[in-house]
Amino acid sequence: MDSTALKYSKEHEWISVDDRDVHTVGITNYAQAELGDVVFVALPEVGAEVVQFSQMGEIESVKAVSDLFSPVSGVVVEVNEALADHPELVNQDPLGEGWLLKVRLSDANELDALMTEDEYEEMTEGLH
Amino acid sequence: MGVTAQDNKTRLLMDQSRSGRRGATIPALDVPRSDLPPDNMLRRELDLPELSEPEIIRYFIRLSSMNYSVDTNFYPLGSCTMKYNPKINDEIARLPGFARIHPFQPEETVQGALELLHHLQDLLAEITGMDAVSLAPSAGAHGEFSGMLLFRSYHKSRGDVKRQQILVPDSAHGTNPASAAMAGFEVVEVQSDAEGNTDLEDLRSKLSDSVAGIMLTMPSTLGLFDPNVEEVCNLVHEAGGLVYGDGANMNAILGKVKLGDLGFDVVHLNLHKTFSTPHGGGGPGAGPICVKEPFSRYLPKPHVEKIGEAYRLVAPEESVGAIGSFLGNFGVLVRAFVYIRTLGADGLRAVSENAVLNANYVLARLRDKYFLPYDRSCMHEVVFSANWQKRHGVKALDIGKRLLDHGFYAPTIYFPLIVEEAMMIEPTETETLETIDEFIDAMLDIAEEAEKDPDIVIGAPYTTPVIRLDEALAARQPDLRWTER
Repeated sequence: MDSTALKYSKEHEWISVDDRDVHTVGITNYAQAELGDVVFVALPEVGAEVVQFSQMGEIESVKAVSDLFSPVSGVVVEVNEALADHPELVNQDPLGEGWLLKVRLSDANELDALMTEDEYEEMTEGLH
Repeated sequence: MGVTAQDNKTRLLMDQSRSGRRGATIPALDVPRSDLPPDNMLRRELDLPELSEPEIIRYFIRLSSMNYSVDTNFYPLGSCTMKYNPKINDEIARLPGFARIHPFQPEETVQGALELLHHLQDLLAEITGMDAVSLAPSAGAHGEFSGMLLFRSYHKSRGDVKRQQILVPDSAHGTNPASAAMAGFEVVEVQSDAEGNTDLEDLRSKLSDSVAGIMLTMPSTLGLFDPNVEEVCNLVHEAGGLVYGDGANMNAILGKVKLGDLGFDVVHLNLHKTFSTPHGGGGPGAGPICVKEPFSRYLPKPHVEKIGEAYRLVAPEESVGAIGSFLGNFGVLVRAFVYIRTLGADGLRAVSENAVLNANYVLARLRDKYFLPYDRSCMHEVVFSANWQKRHGVKALDIGKRLLDHGFYAPTIYFPLIVEEAMMIEPTETETLETIDEFIDAMLDIAEEAEKDPDIVIGAPYTTPVIRLDEALAARQPDLRWTER
């Protein structure tokens, strides 16, 4: 996935940005590196409603269990079933095979509240 | 057989089993024979290992010799207060009058035990500056949960049912938000400021008439004394909320600060940490809650009270009810009582003074080689970050593993969550200068290895019975049952 075609939340999730109304969500490369080896991902069910910047699931690594926050509001239309058996995909390919879910946006304007790749990188630089 | 000594060390009982071998001879039948239960209630294939008595003895003695404990080595596991536990505590707890009583005995036959509990309630109230104490909670998180039930009852009794939120700082023990959620509250996070204190502005923005209270750890999980604590208590009280104190870090302030004086309404103590009972294996513990007067009517039952000349187990008038069977872990309560009485007020004060001194000594000797995220004097524990080592590919986990090769237990790592690559070191008051120096020297050696030969650290440990585990694989595909290979 072209990382410049993504937008980022301060909770370290990315979302694909294009003309379609279904968008893919995942966690960033920075997030997977900080979490360490991911061992379990708990995602909402298909059909569930998610709310921007609210908890939508949990991700467990060998270090800790962390909350997953939805970068946008909408309805979950698909979750990455492969993560149930292969949570390591989140580490190996966070922007590709390790995607979390696809969501149908309820308000496209919410994307404006997210960061560009440059802005996100600037934020994570500040975390060191 | 081609079995090496190393194989023998890691072989399980199942692997050593030989059909027909046994460790005991069952005597001849000398009672009337009766039929077995019907066949469908019996299991024929039990797969129990068959071994001789010496094989079993050697197996378990070998395992026990692999135990790591504070009785064998230094144990700087931050936030856990792994201090030495004086053996007199165990001796007293083993006295038949304490060890061989039963909770169902009539109260008049256990007056001595109840008297001890009553005294312990008074001592803990004095130490925390509170008015009443319940010894019922069996561990820290159990105390937190009980405290949250008290908050709920208090607000409810005033008809103040709107208060559904509990504020929890971002540095808190994970049990705090879990306990609040379990008691039915919504958890709202409060941020720490750049110095590691409660961010007062963030706190103000989150206070409202929906807030039932805040859970604070004192000193904080960063091992720091928050100078804002009184103001935090005041702000929360002004907004109609209550203040809960997580007393996990009480080892830093015994005889120095009374949490009740600072404005806390309900606090729990971890007797197994601060008041010295063995707890490395996960218990048993004790997490009594100490409360201000308005909360005493809600305390869990049973509660020990002195009525006339007799000690009685009673239920406070609006008790939240029983939160466990009987009254906590009695043996732990006896040990804590003995510990407090043995040390006395001056001794307890010295505990905290030495615990804080030791931690600051570690801070001072390691600060040039390990990054100190909050550059100020610490309390009973110090939180470093492995960020300087991370540049060489060495993480806090690797440093912890490498310490095992030096014969030390690892510090707590990756907690608190707000510190990247956190390493939390709590030396406690019971270690000698020599032991602490040896630990510091090991940490300095590892810092040098991280710079010059990081692969050594990344591959550690090398000298333990089991070398570096694949923790991710173990969590992803847990192999929890023995199966024949």
